[in-house]
Amino acid sequence: MSTTSFTKKTLGLETTEPALTPPPAAPPVSSFNKKPKLAAKPKKREIPEGLWTKCPKCGTMVFDKELDENLKVCLQCEHHFPISARERIHSLVETCTFEEMDADMTSVDVLQFTGVASYTSKLQDYQRATGLKDAVITGICRMGPHRVALGVMDFSFLGGSMGSVVGEKLTRLIERATEKTLPLIIISTSGGARMYEGMFSLMQMAKTCAALAYHAQARLPYISVLTHPTTAGVMASYASVGDLIIAEPGAMIGFAGPRVIKDTTQAELPPGFQTAEFLLDHGLIDAIISRNQMKAQLIKYLDYLTGGQKAAAGL
Amino acid sequence: MKHHLDFEKPIIELQNKLAELKKHPEAHSLDISFAEEVALIEKKLEETKRQIFLNLSAWDRIKIARHPKRPFTLDYIRHAFSDFSELHGDRLFAEDRAVVGGFACLGPHKVMVIGTQKGRDTKENILRNFGSAHPEGYRKALRLMKLANKFGLPIISLIDTAGAYPGIGAEERHIAEAIAVNLREMMLLEVPIIAAVIGEGGSGGALGIGVANRVLILENAYYSVISPEGCAAILWKDRAAAAKAAQALKITARDLLALGLVDEVVPEPLGGAHTDPETCAETLKAALLKHLEEILAWSPAERLKQRYEKFRRFGHYLEKRPTTGEAVEAQSPKT
Ligand SMILES: [Zn+2]
Repeated sequence: MSTTSFTKKTLGLETTEPALTPPPAAPPVSSFNKKPKLAAKPKKREIPEGLWTKCPKCGTMVFDKELDENLKVCLQCEHHFPISARERIHSLVETCTFEEMDADMTSVDVLQFTGVASYTSKLQDYQRATGLKDAVITGICRMGPHRVALGVMDFSFLGGSMGSVVGEKLTRLIERATEKTLPLIIISTSGGARMYEGMFSLMQMAKTCAALAYHAQARLPYISVLTHPTTAGVMASYASVGDLIIAEPGAMIGFAGPRVIKDTTQAELPPGFQTAEFLLDHGLIDAIISRNQMKAQLIKYLDYLTGGQKAAAGL
Repeated sequence: MKHHLDFEKPIIELQNKLAELKKHPEAHSLDISFAEEVALIEKKLEETKRQIFLNLSAWDRIKIARHPKRPFTLDYIRHAFSDFSELHGDRLFAEDRAVVGGFACLGPHKVMVIGTQKGRDTKENILRNFGSAHPEGYRKALRLMKLANKFGLPIISLIDTAGAYPGIGAEERHIAEAIAVNLREMMLLEVPIIAAVIGEGGSGGALGIGVANRVLILENAYYSVISPEGCAAILWKDRAAAAKAAQALKITARDLLALGLVDEVVPEPLGGAHTDPETCAETLKAALLKHLEEILAWSPAERLKQRYEKFRRFGHYLEKRPTTGEAVEAQSPKT
């Protein structure tokens, strides 16, 4: 796959900022600008049956129903399409075992951010269009035999950006995991910190890592799963400190945006730069796991991480 | 004479006038004495300075924070610390000169001082990579901090960076991971940690050495999640809107104090730190000592708890009360 398809298409980042890759400036769905009708979720399944999607990688026309059944992975070339947090949770946890935490927590415009559009109106637009309250869903669930604290991010909500809500929900999840001696899995996808919340968003990086410090100190396992794309402030905090760091194939993963790097260094970026495969070759990632194998593989990892001497000692 | 900021112009003009008069005492006004005229101009100069610096915009302050003559980390190490023994290298890959660190004395206390370091001229800027660290810089900083922790030396962290370096090598060697590990590990160090933003506090690159019991900031320094230019490019589609973005992001020392994000604003000499680096270093030294001595009195467990709770409470959000269904704004209680 070409890098350009990542950098341009899904990230949609016009930025030139080193430390933070921003969320897309405009909502990703076109129906946003016209006032969204009720909880209109411009999802394919709501559009009349028989719709096909063209795979951006191999060009095959894929029947949407088949794509959904295959967890949004192209049947021809294994290209991983974006998947919502709800769908992902559904694909990972045992039926009816997900106890969601802090489902009603929402962001506030603490800085009264006076930009081109108000933060409050942006939040409302995204809430209407995605049906989500913010960019992460957290809860306790069962995966195979394991009780797990699970956090799943959703890129469709303001580019999966991390503000106070994402930071607080994840921190509570991590603290709960430490308290209940549970393993932790966080599935990331994010453009970085949410600049509308200024320094409060930056501080979520320290806050989540603080909670992870104590989870790690208790010798509880943490698996970080990186999905397309995971960058900037999220990558420079909880996403990078898993006992295991797993990625989906082709995911774009990095700190600075490729355009920023190009502008700063005036150099050509190496082929495959900032992809999961590139980072596996450069020693960051433990394994690249296809979405269809993810649940089975995570359970296997948990078997090992919870099955050692410590568990035998009844800790 | 170079490096004047636009809003400094009236000050420079008065300073020139004063210098001119002192050079040619015979040219003083006819109706008052030379001494009187000097006093008059000096008074006007002070008033003008005060007036200008009282009303600086966020963007003006960022210009001061980036002033090429502003004192950098090593200047503070020279003036506020003594007996600096620099230590080098991350023991993994390289020596990153965008980060400096080593043993030093702060007043009577032996400490480990670390900080990001900018260059004064082109040559030094190449050496220092304009103060933007690679992964090696963060790993070196952590190595020195762990060394300090092992031998009971308090840590002083001086922050002055536009951000971590966005480069190919930085990504290949996982700069995000280097920062993230620092965020986690700094939380578990038992010695006192005091951070001070002395110039630019550029996003994750600043926070990467900024997890501390106390976070101080100089009066004209800033600390932001994104550069005003970057924010302007994204939200206004125009880098020239940086001044607006600087305002909206609330990144000046006073704004951050009002939001509870920093613990103390350290005053700079009137006109900015660059007009009197030594006085500024003295003020910073006094502030660092005050906080250090306070935290030294705590037990290691108290230091860890306070540091955790300090960062734990950052954030504003709405929660529905399960009983009433009424939304309430919450922030974890202050500690
Ligand atoms: Zn395909």
